[in-house]
Amino acid sequence: MRQGEISLAGLLALFSLYLMWKSTELPIGYIRGQGPGGGFWPFWLSFGMLLSCGAIAWNWWRGKSPASQSDDPIMDAFGWRTIIWVGGGLVAFVALIPIVSMYGAIALFLIYYLRFLGRHSWLLTLILATALPIGLFFFFEAAMLISMPQGMPFTQPFFDVMYDIIY
Amino acid sequence: MEVLSFLTDGVLLALAPTNLFLIVIGVTVGLFIGAMPGLGSVNGVAILLPITFLVPPGSAIIFLAAIYYGAMYGGAISSVALGIPGASTAVATTFDGRPLALQGRASLALVTAALASFVGGTVANVFFTLFAPILASLALSFGPPEIFALMLLAFATFVGLGGDDIPKTIFSICFGLVLATVGFDTISGEPRLVLFDIPGFLRGIGFIVLAIGVYGIGEMLWTIEQTRGEITTTNPKMTAKGMMSDTKEAVRRGWKGTWIGSLIGFFVGILPAAGATPGSLMSYGVAKMVSNTPQEFGNGSPNGVAAPEAANNSASTGSMLPMLTLGIPGSPTTAILLGGMVIWGLTPGPRLFVDESEFVWGLIGSFYISNIAALLINLAFIPLFIWMLRMPFTILAPLIFVLSIVGGFAASRSMHDLWLIVIFGIAAFFMRKFDYPLAPAVLAIVLGPIAEPTLRQSLLLSSGDPMIFFTRPIAGPITIIAIILILLPAIKLIRGSRRVEEA
Amino acid sequence: MKFTKRHFLGLAASTAMAAMPMAALADGWEPKRPIDFTIMAGPGGGADQIARFVQSVVETNDMTNRPLIPTNRGGGSGAEALLHMKDARDADHTLMVTLNSFYTTPIRQEGLGVDIETFTPITMMGVDPFVLWVHKDSGITTFEQYIETVKEMNGEFVMGGTGSGQEDSIVIAFMSGVYDLDIKYIPYDGGGAVAKDLAGQQIMATVNNPAEAKGFYEAGEFVPLLAFSDERLDAYPDVPTMKEKGHDFSYYNQRAIVGAPGMSDEAAAYYREVFGAVYEGADWQNYLTSESLAPLPMDEAQTREYWAIQVENHRDLLGAIAGQS
Repeated sequence: MRQGEISLAGLLALFSLYLMWKSTELPIGYIRGQGPGGGFWPFWLSFGMLLSCGAIAWNWWRGKSPASQSDDPIMDAFGWRTIIWVGGGLVAFVALIPIVSMYGAIALFLIYYLRFLGRHSWLLTLILATALPIGLFFFFEAAMLISMPQGMPFTQPFFDVMYDIIY
Repeated sequence: MEVLSFLTDGVLLALAPTNLFLIVIGVTVGLFIGAMPGLGSVNGVAILLPITFLVPPGSAIIFLAAIYYGAMYGGAISSVALGIPGASTAVATTFDGRPLALQGRASLALVTAALASFVGGTVANVFFTLFAPILASLALSFGPPEIFALMLLAFATFVGLGGDDIPKTIFSICFGLVLATVGFDTISGEPRLVLFDIPGFLRGIGFIVLAIGVYGIGEMLWTIEQTRGEITTTNPKMTAKGMMSDTKEAVRRGWKGTWIGSLIGFFVGILPAAGATPGSLMSYGVAKMVSNTPQEFGNGSPNGVAAPEAANNSASTGSMLPMLTLGIPGSPTTAILLGGMVIWGLTPGPRLFVDESEFVWGLIGSFYISNIAALLINLAFIPLFIWMLRMPFTILAPLIFVLSIVGGFAASRSMHDLWLIVIFGIAAFFMRKFDYPLAPAVLAIVLGPIAEPTLRQSLLLSSGDPMIFFTRPIAGPITIIAIILILLPAIKLIRGSRRVEEA
Repeated sequence: MKFTKRHFLGLAASTAMAAMPMAALADGWEPKRPIDFTIMAGPGGGADQIARFVQSVVETNDMTNRPLIPTNRGGGSGAEALLHMKDARDADHTLMVTLNSFYTTPIRQEGLGVDIETFTPITMMGVDPFVLWVHKDSGITTFEQYIETVKEMNGEFVMGGTGSGQEDSIVIAFMSGVYDLDIKYIPYDGGGAVAKDLAGQQIMATVNNPAEAKGFYEAGEFVPLLAFSDERLDAYPDVPTMKEKGHDFSYYNQRAIVGAPGMSDEAAAYYREVFGAVYEGADWQNYLTSESLAPLPMDEAQTREYWAIQVENHRDLLGAIAGQS
């Protein structure tokens, strides 16, 4: 935990520096007669982030925060595994959307999560993985008039059939 | 008492069988739309708009008011049951609603939210009926310096909200405020902070992206990791008797927050630039400040649910006021309603109350009826939402993830924002591990886009002289109160630490 | 009950119209998917109102076999919408409702790499004139008085608008240029906010489309001083134009529907037919009158020519603003 805290603070400090640098594209000073320039607000607030990171590091050095007093690992192996499987699943979910369309990605994600992480029966998995995307399709495309992303061209015929049904 | 007779006509119109039917349908539809993370009354009203061409205008208005109310009640459901604020107005509801749900008191939270919303909506309706014209001129007297002062006050009421770790809280606030500046600088008309020069950032980072990332993904990952993915949420029981006692408890422990929320919400809501979100945030802050048991807030206080819920309902009704009397939309929803009125051939503006009084009072009358219908229908559906919470966690979790992603897309319509949601979610998980409070960042991203432009507009007005915030008759007192409120905890802190050192 | 009657008349007219255009569309190309109807501004502005109005007319009369999906993409002063159009994955189902950031944003943000002349013209729904407004309590009633007051106040006269490089700022910049005015300009994020702050007298004057100021004008709060149109506006017959004051300048906000670059000719023809019918319909014609929009019907070739001229004009106007500050 101790190492983790300072690493995170360091990363966030780097990000603050990047934001400060990026803010300088617009004037960061106080323009006479006009008030602050376009970069003023983000620049000085990013500077505030940087200072806070400094204060966090100082507290860490003095051992003030609970994390800085603990020598436990951030997470045990089980924790890491869980996060990687679930978080990775989410990343894969979003990555799949442009390929197999939103609804396809939902179905795949549900199968992955329910069957392989949740260890539910195939029956329940398949029922949910078909019912939910179809339900959401009707909800969004027909009722709410919101088009969800469609996949690569091979998903198109499926959508065309569905549109013929709902419109 | 011309007003009362107009109002009676409006109410009677809403009570006609067909219209009552429309109200029931509208509220139910609105409730479910509002309960979807990412969707809110704006979506409900937008899809309804073309339909208003087909039904008689009286019924169209009623249907519309019903959807509006339903969606406002629905926002709390997502905050409590899923832990994701469905709309920016419901952020503060998660602060105490979610802990209550995790303690197995979801039904208490939902009942409190419903009752508070009802009171908030009713109070606002009464104010609206009695004082509309005076309030409209009050709204006009709020220029940029006044709005900025108000934002300062909103921040001030939130000083105490963060965790115990002050640098981390400050980091979180600044982080939210900086994220809010990404995209485009209205004042100079230049693109700004387009991170890594990815064009997707031109649209800025919306509140909903950060909120879904932090609450829908980050918080869920944290819960899964903490509980080792084994728990079902503490088994909430649902009986008729239980609900009765919840109602009693909600009244007993939530009335204070409800009143605070109803009043603050309405007055902040009528200001076109401010709207319902700052109203609900300030109410939460004030409720905590005046509470005898502030330590309960954030750990499941019914007052903490009641205040923001009463406020957002009250403010949403209040935000109709500038729309009707000035033709100025205070929120995206009212903007769409305004478009609808133009389509119907009405000219929103100061003459509307005089020229089209039947329309205006018909609308207000249907607010009263919709509010009652929304309360009853909402209470009737609570068992369903509770039942949802009883699903095994390994089913509920993927459903929440899926709803977060589709809801996120529905709100933003961009793949870029979906990636941001995932990135924020994973970042939020690690920050949460190290006790960074993230609620301040979420608040900041809501208030920042109002605070920064008004600050700069004010300074342009005064040619760069900051005294403008102190010398104007309305802005002055608000600014001073805000500064005192901000300094108070700091002074206490310094005194406190000095005492410790002395001892 | 005025409101109902007017509404029902509109309804009757639109129902009569509904039966008419469909026959012509029976053969040829038809959309297969929902039609992306991008709005290059946030909810609530003039462009948004028009888009939703058009969508309502199309939907009510069932003029397309797939729905129009209105989506606000106002980010970066319309840059978001332009990029979305440029990279449209299905050009045949992607349309946009424009305002003048259609011209100005690609000029101001060259990095976008958007060339609007590659877009597909569909239908010009009308152009929205600009009018100079003051609050009635200012006591100003003529344009000459306005000029005098601004000069007297010596840089302290405050006007509000939707931001530098936006339509109204172009008009104000032109006006300040020819009359040598020193105006304090406060940018807001929307025309509604500008109108509200003029009503509350936070600012002293604005240049705004009549639609956004109409409610206050009818209530007697706002006084129109000058129109930036080619001819006097029907709704404001007593308001002189800039041209009458001896300066050859007029400025309109374009309310047009355009297609994504690379849209097929068949698809473009289909949409021109649909929106042409909307344009001809009683609903839209009433809207033009009530909101003081000027009609400007053009075919494809004329539109392309018009775009080229507008891009040139805006390059000059924006160049002039940049030169001033």
